[in-house]
Amino acid sequence: MKSSTETPVAHATRQDPSERVMYRILQILFVALCLLISTHVVGLRAADDLGALVDQLGAAKLSEMDERISALAKTGDAKVIPVLEALGEGELYQRKSDGKVFLVKAQGADLLLVDPVTGTEAGQAPKAAMQKVKVNNAVRRAVRSALGGLTLFSDDAGARLKAAQSMLQTPNADALEAIETAIAAEKDATVRRVLDEARAVTLLLSERGDDEKRQAITLLAEGNGRNGLAVLTSALATADASLKPDIEAAIARIEQTQALWSAGQNVWYGLSLGSVLLLAAIGLAITFGVMGIINMAHGEMVMLGAYTTFMVQEVVRNSYPALFDWSLAIALPLAFLVTGAVGFAIERGVIRFLYGRPLETLLATWGLSLILQQSVRSIFGPTNREVGNPSWMSGAFDLGGLTITWNRLWIIVFALAVFAALLFLLKRTSMGLRMRAVTQNRRMASSMGIRTPWVDALTFALGSGIAGMAGVALSQIDNVSPNLGQGYIIDSFMVVVFGGVGNLWGTLVGAFSLGILNKFLEPYAGAVLGKILVLVLIILFIQKKPRGLFALKGRAVEA
Amino acid sequence: MITSFLMKSLDRSILVVVAILLGLAILVPALNLLTAPDHPLHVPTYLVSLFGKYLTYALLALALDLVWGFCGILSLGHAAFFALGGYAMGMYLMRQIGARGSYGNPLLPDFMVFLNWKELPWFWYGFDMFWFAALMVVLVPGLLAFVFGWFAFRSRVNGVYLSIITQAMTYALLLAFFRNDMGFGGNNGLTDFKDILGFNIQADGTRATLFAVSALILALCLILTSAIVRSKYGKVLVAVRDAESRTRFLGYRVEHIKLFAFTVSAMMAGIAGALYVPQVGIINPGEFEPGNSIEVVIWTAVGGRGTLIGPIVGAILVNGGKSIFTAAFPEFWLFALGGLFVLVTLFLPKGVVGTASAYFARRRAERRAQTGETPDNLAVEPIAAE
Amino acid sequence: MNQTIGQTKPTSLLYLDGVSVSFDGFKALNALSFVIEPGELRAIIGPNGAGKTTMMDIITGKTRPDEGQVFFKGGIDLTKKDEAEIASLGIGRKFQKPTVFESHTVWDNIELALNRRRGVFATLFYQLTAADKARIEEILATVRLSARRDDLAANLSHGQKQWLEIGMLLAQEPELLLVDEPVAGMTDAETAETAVLLKEIAKTRSVVVVEHDMGFIRELGVKVTCLAEGAVLAEGSIDFVSSDPKVIENYLGR
Repeated sequence: MKSSTETPVAHATRQDPSERVMYRILQILFVALCLLISTHVVGLRAADDLGALVDQLGAAKLSEMDERISALAKTGDAKVIPVLEALGEGELYQRKSDGKVFLVKAQGADLLLVDPVTGTEAGQAPKAAMQKVKVNNAVRRAVRSALGGLTLFSDDAGARLKAAQSMLQTPNADALEAIETAIAAEKDATVRRVLDEARAVTLLLSERGDDEKRQAITLLAEGNGRNGLAVLTSALATADASLKPDIEAAIARIEQTQALWSAGQNVWYGLSLGSVLLLAAIGLAITFGVMGIINMAHGEMVMLGAYTTFMVQEVVRNSYPALFDWSLAIALPLAFLVTGAVGFAIERGVIRFLYGRPLETLLATWGLSLILQQSVRSIFGPTNREVGNPSWMSGAFDLGGLTITWNRLWIIVFALAVFAALLFLLKRTSMGLRMRAVTQNRRMASSMGIRTPWVDALTFALGSGIAGMAGVALSQIDNVSPNLGQGYIIDSFMVVVFGGVGNLWGTLVGAFSLGILNKFLEPYAGAVLGKILVLVLIILFIQKKPRGLFALKGRAVEA
Repeated sequence: MITSFLMKSLDRSILVVVAILLGLAILVPALNLLTAPDHPLHVPTYLVSLFGKYLTYALLALALDLVWGFCGILSLGHAAFFALGGYAMGMYLMRQIGARGSYGNPLLPDFMVFLNWKELPWFWYGFDMFWFAALMVVLVPGLLAFVFGWFAFRSRVNGVYLSIITQAMTYALLLAFFRNDMGFGGNNGLTDFKDILGFNIQADGTRATLFAVSALILALCLILTSAIVRSKYGKVLVAVRDAESRTRFLGYRVEHIKLFAFTVSAMMAGIAGALYVPQVGIINPGEFEPGNSIEVVIWTAVGGRGTLIGPIVGAILVNGGKSIFTAAFPEFWLFALGGLFVLVTLFLPKGVVGTASAYFARRRAERRAQTGETPDNLAVEPIAAE
Repeated sequence: MNQTIGQTKPTSLLYLDGVSVSFDGFKALNALSFVIEPGELRAIIGPNGAGKTTMMDIITGKTRPDEGQVFFKGGIDLTKKDEAEIASLGIGRKFQKPTVFESHTVWDNIELALNRRRGVFATLFYQLTAADKARIEEILATVRLSARRDDLAANLSHGQKQWLEIGMLLAQEPELLLVDEPVAGMTDAETAETAVLLKEIAKTRSVVVVEHDMGFIRELGVKVTCLAEGAVLAEGSIDFVSSDPKVIENYLGR
């Protein structure tokens, strides 16, 4: 709030023009120096200068700090970086006795001094003997932009990218030449693109000609506009009348692109939610859709899968930390086996006595879900358990104007893979053939020598096993707690009912359309109201098509 | 016409239960109010309220039995009707607080003052009058059930599909009532009630009266449902349960038959909720939890569905068990409840009352066979769920 | 409006014209047309999948035709009505598998079927009158179930269930009765008795019987329609139809 009066524009116009020209010349000189002349030669000379410049920081008033920092930055010396960083952090102190400035670290009651030029330790001093170099927000900002300028010429492309991004986000007209120099020298395309954008943003704040500015505006309008919009809007207020239409057009264009991208982002969120729904529902589509069993303990199978992941990671962390990135790959088959076995036991122990009584199955499996939940709560405790993301699932990347996180992307891929594998299993293998035969005509299937009880048990185990694998994936994005499964059970039923029972494609379409619908309603209605609306819509939809989107027709329905 | 309709309901077992309920309505308040606290037969006030709560649960289970036991509609959303009735009563009790709230606002309940609301929302008007609130207790759940059922039964959503969408309904309401802007107190719900019809809600006398009223209303509802299921309409209801399309081909409008039972049942659930709230002292969105509705189903199943008396017995047994269990071994209550679900569905599908009455029927038949009577007329309970 | 529709329509009881329906690409009925006159007893034969049950589904409103007309008593368009409406118009149906209300007594089954007002409140306050009682007893006697009136329908034998269902249809007092395989699973004696029963019923109303049992149809001695692949293959007396080469090839020959 306080700093809003000191926008970069205001700051730039406040300076004396002649001083600014001088400053620029000097800056270019130094940048060139640091780029062209061997650092070794300069190094010795610079060390003295540097020491003096750093010491000057201690003596400066707050209003002079800006200048002093610029002077430091102009040296282009890498040693300036820790000094400026320390200044920003408030870890730069002046010794009262001789006015020399040091980097300090607290050590007990005393301060440990580090020489800013040599980087070596320079003994300790009591706190009373030292005085902190004063900083305020304006100084911190100056430090940040100076640091940005300095690292633009780093050898490390990552550091350059970071610097360019910081120039882009907090543009400063003074840095324009530095940016341009950097652009000329830049080889890396990504860094170059950000630099170009940073230059355009910075240029708008500068005193350059309208033509150049117009080019900059065009460049900004073409980009994804996340940074351009703010600069253009503030530039609109101060720009010449001749530039205004251009800026306005550019703003309109950016807003349009942004609307498109945000719709795209919604689609992405929707796909992501859809893939989660698909994972949670697909096992249910087997048990409910193929077998006609209402498995209310399905959510608990997901939960068991997540806890299997937790167990695997515990073992890996304690015994084979190097394998951590492989923990999910290990957990996946294990979760399938664990939940598959639990499912098998449930089918043999309870469900097989209840065939043909779907409502009773619902009650019995609900009871089982309570037991499973409470067991996990007794063993692992009621609180959330920590399940880590392997490195290949952490972080995010930008795709145009979209931000895409790796874990969500992998979950979409995984959901589709599970779907494809299941489809293959049902349509192309003898097990699938048997399962379909039992679904369509149990008595005929059994008279043809298919062991229907065995097929039932395996089908249920398969549905449960898939739920377990879903649990592995969901452990990456959700809290692993005994209640994990409850959150998914109603949504999964909605997906299966909406998509149509007995049809895997229906489940796929149902999951993704509900996911996307949910995410498109959210911005208008809010997350909770959006969800309520989706539920109401599904209830209404079922009135219209009681058998779901992809319903079986004709006589098969009666069977 | 009405009297003969009601008279039909009074077979022996129903009469016995009604008599027990009336006895309790007198005995429990008397033992609470007229005996000294150290008297061996004294019933402490907290127990009066606890038993009163069981009776409202019994009424809820009875309501569910009308649709599930007799019409085969497994509603997984009956707790929603219960909660709506409870909220209607809660709104009346909130308005009764008046200026005695922490903020001392004569019109707005505390949570509205806290949310910085300036005016009473329109749907809170009228709730300062008891008769209006009492009407809403019945009308709101009834209307929701009517609209929901009208859509669902007309498009022939049935079986597990219906169960799932009733669950979705209560889930949607749960989410909605959690929102502060709904105007029902959000997360915290409605609480801190002061008095009902001018009587202090904490007073022993009020508590005892609430218990007696709960027992009376439960007895009345039992007579009413018994009359319904013993009428020709009740036979149609069972016919729909057993062979829906056959009933339709006989010319019955199955959707109307179901809709009536569903609406009446929802209204009874609403009344149960309204009796529950003053005895418990709070109503919050947690009552809409889908798990609650499923629990009602297990009370009904434990007692025996399609027996009317069974659900009352089941609700009291399970909840009594819950009270004892959660006090003694809180860790194991969910295991016990879960196990109950599994065991009852596997081994006691007719429930306690259904199994017992089938057993006694067999015994009677055997005795008659021994004494030389014709075994022809096997006395099977007319409405036992087969 | 009656003039615009075919000539037979005003006089016929049931009139089907060009009725087609398909399930997932399978044509269950293919431009089926036929007519039932008032008071007629008609037998329908045909191989499995010929569309006999689908035809009944369409007449009783269970399935909607994709195209074609179905009229009852001249001007009543059955394609616009649902099962309950069609039943109250006076069309009764007996299913292939006997469906009675198993947890009701035989008496209650007939009482429920009795042609009285069927609304919620009418049934709620219904009182069994002496006239209704007499009617139920009469029907029970007709279907030979008087002795078992207080037994649960679930405890009846298969043949008795078939008769109970026929008794329920009588109680409905329909003008048109659709009967799907009434003698399936019956003993020879029961079959003969059922034939007598049906002929008696047909004296006062129209009856359509779907049956596989050629002996039974011969016993009925009525006009026969043979369906195959969703359309009428042949129509006439049993001897005429059973000598038709197409019928022999499609149905009898196998």
